Amino acid sequence: MFLRKLVTATAFVGLMSTASFAADCGPEGQSIRVLASDFPAIHAVAGRADSNCGAGAEEFAVNHTTEARQIMNAALTPNPSEYSSVILANSTLTQLMNDGLVRPLNDLVEKYKDNIKPNQLITIDGNVMAVAFMANSQHLFSRKDILDQAGVDGIPATYEEVLDALEKIRAAGIMEHPLVMNLKTGWNIAEIFNMIYLGHGGEFFVPGSAEPSINNEQGLATLAVMKALVDYAHPDHLTHASNETQGLWEAGDAALGIMWGSRGAPILDDEGSSEEVTSNTVLSAAPTVAGGSVPSATLWWDGISIATNVSDDEAEATFAALVSALTPDMVAANNDDAVWLLEGFKPGPAAAGVAETARGGAKPYPMIPQMGLLHNALGAELADFLKGDESAEKALADIEAAYRTSAKEAGFLK
Amino acid sequence: MKHRTFFWFILPTLSAMILFIALPIVSVFIQSLFVQHEQVLLVSESCGPFGCEKTTSIDTEATAKLREDRPLGRFNGFGTYTNRSHLAFAEVGEAWATSESFGDFWGQVLNLPFYRALIFTLTYTAVVTPLVIVLGLAIAVGVNNLPRLLKGPSIFVSLLPFLVTPLVGSLILFWMVDGDGVIGATLQYIFDDPSLSLKASTSLTWIMLIVYGIWHTLPFSFITFYAGLQTVSKDTMEAAMIDGASKWQRMIHVVVPHLMPLVSFVTLMLLMDNFRVFEPIVSFSAEAHATSLSWIIFNDLRESGNPLYGSAGATSMMTIVGVVILLTPVLIRTWRDFNRKAH
Repeated sequence: MFLRKLVTATAFVGLMSTASFAADCGPEGQSIRVLASDFPAIHAVAGRADSNCGAGAEEFAVNHTTEARQIMNAALTPNPSEYSSVILANSTLTQLMNDGLVRPLNDLVEKYKDNIKPNQLITIDGNVMAVAFMANSQHLFSRKDILDQAGVDGIPATYEEVLDALEKIRAAGIMEHPLVMNLKTGWNIAEIFNMIYLGHGGEFFVPGSAEPSINNEQGLATLAVMKALVDYAHPDHLTHASNETQGLWEAGDAALGIMWGSRGAPILDDEGSSEEVTSNTVLSAAPTVAGGSVPSATLWWDGISIATNVSDDEAEATFAALVSALTPDMVAANNDDAVWLLEGFKPGPAAAGVAETARGGAKPYPMIPQMGLLHNALGAELADFLKGDESAEKALADIEAAYRTSAKEAGFLK
Repeated sequence: MKHRTFFWFILPTLSAMILFIALPIVSVFIQSLFVQHEQVLLVSESCGPFGCEKTTSIDTEATAKLREDRPLGRFNGFGTYTNRSHLAFAEVGEAWATSESFGDFWGQVLNLPFYRALIFTLTYTAVVTPLVIVLGLAIAVGVNNLPRLLKGPSIFVSLLPFLVTPLVGSLILFWMVDGDGVIGATLQYIFDDPSLSLKASTSLTWIMLIVYGIWHTLPFSFITFYAGLQTVSKDTMEAAMIDGASKWQRMIHVVVPHLMPLVSFVTLMLLMDNFRVFEPIVSFSAEAHATSLSWIIFNDLRESGNPLYGSAGATSMMTIVGVVILLTPVLIRTWRDFNRKAH
């Protein structure tokens, strides 16, 4: 009996090690150190990379932290840098590129292209700077049963229909505040502005320069839509980020929501909510606005980048290990954790919203060096307008003034 | 003490203070006079999973060379201090010229980030400091008069708010004042207003932050005064009783004068602490209604992905100046007392 167990175990270990040697891990005996955000899809990729190539490496360490964005520049500046790779997104890639801390990946992509499709490559000026593996975006969440009850036909596709549906729900006395949105002062509220502004076809900067260009008709229209929406949102909306909106949704206190696609799976699973809520929740594309054809959303990707300040061997080993994880097999095992941009992904109900938003042609979050400064200015100045303390014109002028001040200090404007 | 002996006596303290206090302040001040180099921008094509588009990026080589030549950045003098994010001379001047009434002018000034933060910081300091001193003294006297058996437990309980980490304490309170939380729901029930929200109105948010500040710092003044009460001379108290002084008169004429040096000390500490109010603003997600000078520094360094060291340095220097201005009256008073005693 014991012997049989031992044999099975040995055979199993044997299989495991064959599997790990099957993956092409590049140079052996290197140190692989990854800095990454902390959510299930990234754990899946990093975990698979470790089981594929961790054995052949001298060290395989992953730091999953929600503070990744705050420490990445400091951690990658010394030579050799603290991490050999950062798993990052649109805005964080810009943040690292601004300081020249990530290297072009063209040669490595050529060498390890087995698991990489062309649409995963993040190319800037001919250089591949990152390899994306998953997408995310905010989009519409609807409660079918409540929409039916209020007499709304179908799922709203535009913000005008959303507002109409909200009014009907309120008028029918079902809910006083049927809408949830991530409107927390700071990054979140600014992101909502970005989405609706892009839905109006707006441009953030005068093309090719760092001059802001949001104080215009589209900017005013965006603020008008936001103002109309917050009237239906929970009174505490200026303190609501993803955790709070997800909580309200799961508690059944909302009928329409604009939330992140990555919240789809946790909302639809059987934890934290009632059958009534989960079975009636429908995920769909971000609404269009003002007759536009593009969903009002910014698309985000998460992907692999490699640090500049590490040896070429370390860079190659790190890249090979992480790319070795991007297999259909890994996707199959973690299908609902993300909207994968990889072979073998079967979009389930939790991915429908992001997939439709991307298919509708929503724009990616702008990868412009000075975007972070404008985003910050929006986050600080929009609350006054939504509280009703100042006019839309004044708010837009304030945002541009705040941006100009910090852009001058950062050297983007004279 | 001879000057020579005094010098050797004070040397360790002095060098530690120069190393850990004076030099960092000087370095922050120098940094606040500089801004980043001009960014050399390149227009390029960027592609991703969702298509290609024209974008700008930074020419890192050119920028790196600029940085190497002058690592501190471009000299900007006091430009950062006077820009819109700080003292905003130009904007305040324009508001003065264009506003029709004083209220209008005031409204325009309070729309500027620095002044908005300053007014909350000052209000917070001005309300929390005296209340903490008075309430702390009251609790200390109350506890001091308790029977022996109850003293220990009540001291322990009174100290609890101080033991909770500010960030955690305020986060717990934040959840309690939520519409679904125990305090928020109770208030809605008492005022019979289901839409009452402490987080949605500016004045209620200010009150909430101030109440939190009092709750959190009260134990500090309580325990200091309680220690002081143990040193009140029994003889003087008995003499006052024989003279027919009531409890209240004994309190005002014997206890409080005895504790005056402690009051100065507690006031100094509280003014410094309260002027740096920061954690509750973050934990209460109160940025829409209240910001403070420390919060501005945090925001400059952290939120934009492009730390504005000059801005943060300038705000830090102005915070120090603010603390010095606030402390001056207390320090002058202490100095006078010291001189009076010395002669």
